[in-house]
Amino acid sequence: MRERWPLIVFAVIVAAIPFIPGVPPFWIVLLDNIGLSALVAMGLVLLTGVGGLTSFGQAAFVGFGAYTTAVLSAQYGVSPWLTLPLSLLVSGLAAVLLGLVTVRLSGHYLPLGTLAWGLGLYYLFSKLAFLGRNDGISGIPPLSIGSLRMLDPGTIYFAIWAAVLISALLTMNLLDSRTGRAIRALRRGHIAAEAFGVYSPRAKLLVFIYAAVLAGLSGWLYAHFTRAVNPTPFGAQAGIEYLFVAVVGGAGYVWGGVLGAAIVVILKEVLQSYLPLLLHGEGQLETIVFGVLLVTLLQLAPTGLWPWLTARLPFKPLAKKPDTSLKLPARERSATTPNVLLQVDNARKQFGGVVAVNNVSFDVQAREIVALIGPNGAGKSTTFNLITGVLPPTSGNISVLGKAVGNAPPQDVVKLGISRTFQHVKLVPDMTVLENVAIGAHLRGHSGALSSMFRLDRGDEAKLLAEAARQIERVGLGDQMHQLAGSLSLGQQRIVEIARALCVDPMLLLLDEPAAGLRHMEKQRLGALLRELRAGGMSVLLVEHDMGFVMDLADRIVVLDFGTKIAEGTPAAIKTNPEVIKAYLGATA
Amino acid sequence: MNTTILLFLLQDGITNGAIYALLGLALVLVFAVTRVILIPQGEFVTYGALTYASLAAGRMPGTAKLAVVIGLVAFAFDLYAMRKTLHVPRIARAFGLNLAFPVAVLLATMWVADQRMPAGVSLVLSLLIVASIGLSLYRIVFQPLAHTSVLVLLIASVGVHLALQGLGLLFFGAEGQRGPTLLTASATLGSLRFTGQGMAVYGITIAFIVGLWLFFGLTLYGKALRATAVNRLGARLVGIRTTLSGQIAFLLASTIGALSGILIVPITTLYYDTGFLIGLKGFIAAIIGGLISYPLTAVAALVVGIVEAFSSFYASNFKEVIVFTLLIPVLLLRSLAAPAVEEEKD
Repeated sequence: MRERWPLIVFAVIVAAIPFIPGVPPFWIVLLDNIGLSALVAMGLVLLTGVGGLTSFGQAAFVGFGAYTTAVLSAQYGVSPWLTLPLSLLVSGLAAVLLGLVTVRLSGHYLPLGTLAWGLGLYYLFSKLAFLGRNDGISGIPPLSIGSLRMLDPGTIYFAIWAAVLISALLTMNLLDSRTGRAIRALRRGHIAAEAFGVYSPRAKLLVFIYAAVLAGLSGWLYAHFTRAVNPTPFGAQAGIEYLFVAVVGGAGYVWGGVLGAAIVVILKEVLQSYLPLLLHGEGQLETIVFGVLLVTLLQLAPTGLWPWLTARLPFKPLAKKPDTSLKLPARERSATTPNVLLQVDNARKQFGGVVAVNNVSFDVQAREIVALIGPNGAGKSTTFNLITGVLPPTSGNISVLGKAVGNAPPQDVVKLGISRTFQHVKLVPDMTVLENVAIGAHLRGHSGALSSMFRLDRGDEAKLLAEAARQIERVGLGDQMHQLAGSLSLGQQRIVEIARALCVDPMLLLLDEPAAGLRHMEKQRLGALLRELRAGGMSVLLVEHDMGFVMDLADRIVVLDFGTKIAEGTPAAIKTNPEVIKAYLGATA
Repeated sequence: MNTTILLFLLQDGITNGAIYALLGLALVLVFAVTRVILIPQGEFVTYGALTYASLAAGRMPGTAKLAVVIGLVAFAFDLYAMRKTLHVPRIARAFGLNLAFPVAVLLATMWVADQRMPAGVSLVLSLLIVASIGLSLYRIVFQPLAHTSVLVLLIASVGVHLALQGLGLLFFGAEGQRGPTLLTASATLGSLRFTGQGMAVYGITIAFIVGLWLFFGLTLYGKALRATAVNRLGARLVGIRTTLSGQIAFLLASTIGALSGILIVPITTLYYDTGFLIGLKGFIAAIIGGLISYPLTAVAALVVGIVEAFSSFYASNFKEVIVFTLLIPVLLLRSLAAPAVEEEKD
């Protein structure tokens, strides 16, 4: 409960403002507008700042929410409270349809796509007869509870800010959960998250819908606030402005959305009332200042004002240490473990004319450490990608526990009990070590987005974090648990990746150059850890360049050169194998 | 429908499509070199068109002064960046490019605005003014952000669009303007009338498409520009001056934008905010072309123009809706044929 104190204090302040004597009614109108804008911006925070999906089209979702209630309540006399779920539903459904088309677009296509359908929908709103064309719809009834009709800005103020505070609470709950971690991992590419069972397209669609529903809520409130709607506030300009709000406040932070809304709404008001006096020009002067400010802000403070502000707070939020006595049930395994865990049979991968992996065959047995070595470009990492389903093989078979994996995606491969690390560290740098490692346990938790928002996931979540904490301590990084992953040294980040892979409770661990960047002592500790894992029944397949480390540790070594297997055997045999020496040194020594 | 209407709509569509093609090309060019998605392209169109129309009507356009003001800011940026090493030739270059050039153009404009000059003089001056604005904008806004993500560049681009559009209203007012035609000759073929202006549109568009295609495909410098887009650091390591590449891209894009504006302002009335919509239609074409392909962009632009012409005839109310939703099936196709997952950096 303690971490909720700031929110409660804020809520009390917000509730008290209208009762302060002498507050001009005009301020309350501004605060209403800030709340409406903050709701949309909060959705954008999740979508753009956290999820990395930029949308210029949020204003259209506000329009869906506003028009739904406008049509139903003004023209069919439906109670505004009944239209609330419908408004949210219409915005959500629109988001599903548009999201299915757009969220899979990569990079810059997505924002451009949102700009295009944002404009298209704006023109649609302004041309459809039943939406009143450019004149819109007026005579929308006010919200009312019993005999209290929220006619003036001072009364609907409470409805708007209750919506803002509840949404903020739900959004923060969502971010601080299993689903939230999956969302936060989206911005840094998909491969790592997918290797631990996260379905990126699904997570993207989820945030897309979430942001649209928040925008729809804002639209519903807006319609009953102004009691008339027309297409203008739902156009491209408004969509751009919402993004501006999020960027100003700090697109990565829930409260950044609220702060940004406050700054932009007040700034706009001030500019609109004073600029014309200053410059004696006609209209739209504030857009000039807006544009210039936006560019200046991007150059000086690209992360927005909220993080700048919180960095200056005298106190820091305390990180809670997970209760490691909680246990996650072990991953389900077949009762009898056959001797051969992994069988790679004639695997081949071609990129155009380049044969990266040329009909390679080898196996990994139970309780065995196998090393895959070879000069740079030998196809070791590609072999890893074939095994874990990141790349489909051109031909050949890979089977786990006797069952062919086929073209299974990474999310299915990890379910078989194969987890991995990456040659180029793929952690989310602005998440803590604990949160990063907990992504590894993603498949061992079950709570979805809704239960996270309402905090029904706490039991499940505590177990996930406990498992993550246990694995972090196991690899010896207990002291760094609450640091940001990006602040660790490269060697430590590799170890964090191992902890994350261990959270899967794997039977086979694939390590891509785990010892690179480690100091001597750290290498020794890593070697000891891997032996301990083997003793516990796990198998390890590793790619490594440090020959001393490999020769010391591995039971068996497979050597690749130019994508072809040139040798296989015990470390002693490999050391004297003439083919291997030739591959490494260029000639028979 | 009869053939006359069909042909007329086709001709109208192709003329508009050619303009969209020019804009689409400029967008592809800027994106390919700097990774900036140039939303303010529409403002270059408006500025070009309205500067030309103002000059032709004997008025002094505010854009000429703007060019000097932001040139001054750009020069200040350059001076600040070079404060540690006072390299005289480089300062002289920055001074010439950012300050002396727009001031000279401003003086010429002031002189020309008083006496009615032929349309050609107004055209050249308008192009120079907008080109100078484009050049300084790159220095002030995008060069400091060159290392950031496409997304940050895109948002900055939107900021520039807002500012330029607001300034456009300030300079040219809310009323629409038209300019004098460049070529008055015309020919009739059957029921179709080919105006000199229309022919100029076709000719210039084709010249640019072929020119850009050849430049980027065949010349070493064109390839250097493309290399800058793919990997700035790598390009710098092999000796490509990435700043120069960006300057050239913006110079070309703003010139092309202004030229498109000047080509259409005799045909349609332009307002201070018309450019944005025109630019966005160029975008649709550029996106269909994948922001990479010049010929594909040109073909797509023609399709956009023709679809627009036909929908304005049959469902004029929904013209914009149809044109913008044209993008959805394209996006759908692109997402179905999505390439293997690429890692994105921040």
